[in-house]
Amino acid sequence: MSLNMFLQHLANGLSLGGLYALIAIGYTMIYGVLRLINFAHGDVFMMGAYIAFYGVAIFSLPWYASFILSIVLSAILGMIVERVAYRPLRDVPRISALISTIGVSLLLENVGVVVFGGRPKAFPRPPLFNQEWNLGGVRVLSLTFFIIMASLALLIAVFYLVYRTKMGRAMRAVAWDFETAKLMGININQVISFTFAMGSALAAAGAIMWSMKYPQLLPLMGVIPGLKCFIAAVIGGIGSIPGAVLGGFLLGIGEIMVVAFLPELANFKYAFAFLALILILLLKPRGLLGKEMGEKA
Amino acid sequence: MTVLKVNRLSKHFGGLIAVSDFNIEIDEGELVALIGPNGAGKTTIFNMITGLYKPTEGKIYFDGKDITGMRPDKIAALGIARTFQNIRLFPELSVLDNVKVGYHLHLRSSPFAAALGLPSYGREEEQITRESLQLLEAVGLAYAAYEQAGGLPYGLQRKLEIARALATKPRLLLLDEPAAGMNPGEIHELMDFILRIMEDFDLTVFLIEHQMRLVMGMCPRILVLDHGITIAEGSPEEIQNDPRVIEAYLGTEEE
Amino acid sequence: MLMKKRDKRVLTAISLLALFLLLWWAEGHLDPYIRRILNLIAINIIWAVTFNLIYGYTGQFSLGHGGFIAIGAYVTALLTLSPAQKEQNFFLLPCAWPLNSVQWPFVPSLIMATLLAGVFGILIGIPSLQLHGDYMALVTLAFNEVIRVINMNLQSITNGSLGLKGIPAYTNLLWSYGCAILTIFIVWKLGNSSYGRAFKAIREDEVAAETIGISAFYHKLMAFTIAAMFAGLGGGLYANLVSTIDPNLFSFLLSYQVVTIVVLGGVGSITGSVLASILYVSLFELLRPIDQPITLGIGVTIPGRPGMRMVIFSVIFLLVILFYRRGLMGTNEFSWEWLLLKVQPIKRMMLWGIRRGKETNDGSKGE
Repeated sequence: MSLNMFLQHLANGLSLGGLYALIAIGYTMIYGVLRLINFAHGDVFMMGAYIAFYGVAIFSLPWYASFILSIVLSAILGMIVERVAYRPLRDVPRISALISTIGVSLLLENVGVVVFGGRPKAFPRPPLFNQEWNLGGVRVLSLTFFIIMASLALLIAVFYLVYRTKMGRAMRAVAWDFETAKLMGININQVISFTFAMGSALAAAGAIMWSMKYPQLLPLMGVIPGLKCFIAAVIGGIGSIPGAVLGGFLLGIGEIMVVAFLPELANFKYAFAFLALILILLLKPRGLLGKEMGEKA
Repeated sequence: MTVLKVNRLSKHFGGLIAVSDFNIEIDEGELVALIGPNGAGKTTIFNMITGLYKPTEGKIYFDGKDITGMRPDKIAALGIARTFQNIRLFPELSVLDNVKVGYHLHLRSSPFAAALGLPSYGREEEQITRESLQLLEAVGLAYAAYEQAGGLPYGLQRKLEIARALATKPRLLLLDEPAAGMNPGEIHELMDFILRIMEDFDLTVFLIEHQMRLVMGMCPRILVLDHGITIAEGSPEEIQNDPRVIEAYLGTEEE
Repeated sequence: MLMKKRDKRVLTAISLLALFLLLWWAEGHLDPYIRRILNLIAINIIWAVTFNLIYGYTGQFSLGHGGFIAIGAYVTALLTLSPAQKEQNFFLLPCAWPLNSVQWPFVPSLIMATLLAGVFGILIGIPSLQLHGDYMALVTLAFNEVIRVINMNLQSITNGSLGLKGIPAYTNLLWSYGCAILTIFIVWKLGNSSYGRAFKAIREDEVAAETIGISAFYHKLMAFTIAAMFAGLGGGLYANLVSTIDPNLFSFLLSYQVVTIVVLGGVGSITGSVLASILYVSLFELLRPIDQPITLGIGVTIPGRPGMRMVIFSVIFLLVILFYRRGLMGTNEFSWEWLLLKVQPIKRMMLWGIRRGKETNDGSKGE
C-alpha cells in the first residue's frame, strides 16, 4: 500500500481512536471513583447523539447550539442516573450495583426504542465538516481533521481538570481511597456527581462526532461502541485516565489497520476488540498502564 | 516423628521484610505456641504454611513432604487445617453445613452420583451428617446445628471454626489467636478444649496467641517473634525471664 | 422435620404425575399460542435455574449464558434439519460436510447440543473463572459476543446472518417440561449435596473454602460447565420450538434476560427462578397489546408504542434491584412443610368453625 493510503488510514485511525479515548475516559473515571463498570455509559452516548439530532431536526437550532445543548443535557442525564440508580447501592455488594447499571442500560435502550422509534435516523453533517481536504497530499474528510483536533482539545481539557484543579484533586483522592477522602472533608457525593457529569459530557461530545462520521442513529447504537470503549479502558488500565487514552487510540488505530491490511477479516473486526480484551485480562489484567489500586475488602 | 519442619522461611512484601529466617521443627503430638507483639509476622508464617502466601525464601516440609508454595486446598488435603484471626466462617450457611463442608475434601462420590441422587451418594451424605453432628456434640454446639452460622455469638463462632477445621481430619492444626476476645473463664475452657481435642483427635497443635494466660499455662514450648525475627524459644519459664522478650513486649502484655 | 421423608416423596410423585397428565392433555387440547408460551416458560426455567447454579450458589457473575444457548440451538438445528432443507437454507454458500448430509433424530441431537455446550463451557470457563467480579462479567460478555460474531460469519456452518429456517418443531410440552423437571432435579440434588455446600462456601469466602480443601477453581468450573450444558439443552429445545433462529437471538441481551429472571426470582432460590420464569414469560406475552394502540369501546385509544413492554420490564427490574434486592423468594425454597405450615392454620380454623357450629346447634360443649 502506498504511503498516501497508509497516511489516510492513519488519519482515520487517529480520529476513531480519539473518539474511543473520549468515551473510554468516562468509563475509567467512573470506575476510578466508584469501582463500578457503568454498563449504561454507551447508552448515555446514544442519548447524546439523539438529543443533538432532535435539536437540529425538531427545534431547528443551529448545529453548534444543538451540540452544546446535547452535551449539557447528557451531563445532567448522567448525574440523574447516578443519583437515582447508583447512589442508593453504594454500600451493597458490587455485583448488585453492576446489575443496576445493566438495568439502567436496558431502560435507556428501551425508552430510546419507544421515544425515538426503531427506524434509523440520519444525523446532520454540517457543510463545514463535509469537505474534502488535501493535507500535504493526503485526502481526508475535513471531519476527520476536526475530530482529531477536537479530541485533542478535549483531552487536554480533561488532563487540566483532573491534574490542575481542586476538583480534579478531589476526584483523584476519592479514586485512591474512598474512606480517607471522606475523612478529609471531601464531599464525596459532589465529586461523584461531577465525575458522572464530566464522563457523560465527554460521551456526548464523542457521540456527536461519531454520528457525523457514521450518520445512522439507532437506539442500540451505543452498545457496541460502549463495549469497545470499555475494553479500551481496561486494556489501558481501568482507573487510569492516560490508560484510557492509550487504550482508545490503540483500539481505534488497531481496528482501522487490521481491516486495511487484512481486508478478509473485516467482518471480524467487531470480535477483534473482544479478543484483545480476553487476552489482556488473562495476561495483564491490570492493563497496560494499570496501577495497583487498593482493593476494598 | 517430625510433623512440620520449616527451614529459613522468609517473606518480603516489596521492600518490607515481614518474616526473616524462621525455623521450626514440630513433632507429633506437640503443642507449640508462637507469640509476639502485633504485626510481628505470626499470621504471615501461618499463611505461608497453609499456602495462602508464597514464601520469598525457605522451605516447608509436612511429614517429610515439601509443601512449599503448594495450593492451599492441596495442603489441606495433606492434613493441615487452620483457623483465622478474624473468624472466617460461611455466615449464610447453617452451623451444621459449615462443619459438613469440612468433610467435602474426603468425598468419594462423583458429582454425577450426587446430582442424580444415587444411593451410593446418599450413604456418604448420611455418614457426613452423622459425623458432623458428632463433631458438633464434641464442641458443644449440637443444639444450634440448624441456626445460621453468622448469627452465633462470637465465642461460639470460634468453636464452630475449630469444628470445621477438625472435619477435614487434620494431623496438624494451626490456631490463629483462638482466645481473642475471650474473658478468663472462657480462656480456661478453651485450654481444656484444646487439650481434649488433641487427645481425642490425635492432633499436633501450633498456635498463635496474644493472651499470655493461655500460652504460659498450657504450652510446653514457645517461640517469640518480633518484627519477623525469632528472638527466643523455650519453655514458659525461660521465655518469661528472657530480657529480649520482655523488651519486645515492653509492658504491652494483655490481661 | 415436620413431615416424614416418605410422605414428602409421595406428595412430590403425585404432583409430578398430575403435572404430566395435565401436560399430556394440554398438548392435545390447548391453543398452539398458549402451548408456545408454556414451552417458552419451561425453557426459560432451564436457563434460569442453571444460571442460578453459577451465580446464586457459587457467586460467580457470568454474562455469557447467551453464548451457550446459541451453541445448543445451532447444534440441534443443524442436526435435525434434513439435507434437503439445508440445501434450501444454505443458498449463499453450501453447507459444509459432514453437516450437509446428516440428519439426526431429536434426542441424540439434544444430547449432542448439551455435550457440545458443555465442552465450550469448559473452554470458556477456564480463562474466565480466573477473574473475579466485574472482570469476569466482562470477559464472559465478550465471549458471548465473540460467539455471536463467529456465528454471523461462519457462512458454511451456521448460514451466517441468514439464520436457519424450517427447523423441525419437535419440542412439545412433554419434552420441554420433562427437561425442565430433570434440570430442577439435578440442580436441586447437586445444590443440597456436599458439592452444593462447596459451591456456597466458595461464594461466602473463597479463601476459607480453599483452606478446608476445596479447590475453588475446580468447583467453579464444575458449576460453570454444568450450567453451560443445560443452557445448551435449553437452546436446543428452543431451536426446535421456534423453528427459525439467527445469531442475533443469542446476544448479550439474552444473557441479560436470564440474569433479569434470576434476580427477580431471588438469587440462590430455585423456586424463585421457576416462579420468575413463569411471571416473566407470561407478563411478556400479556403485555404484548401495549406495544400496539388499544381501542376501548367508547372511542378512547390508549396509544401503544412498540417497545413499551420492554420499558415496563426495565422499570420493574430496576425497582427490584433498588428496593427488593432479595427478589421474590430471597434465598428460600418451596417445601412441602412450608405449604403444610400455611395450610394448618386454615385447617385449624375450619375445624374450630365446625366445632363451634356443632356447639351452638345442639347446645353441648366440646367434642
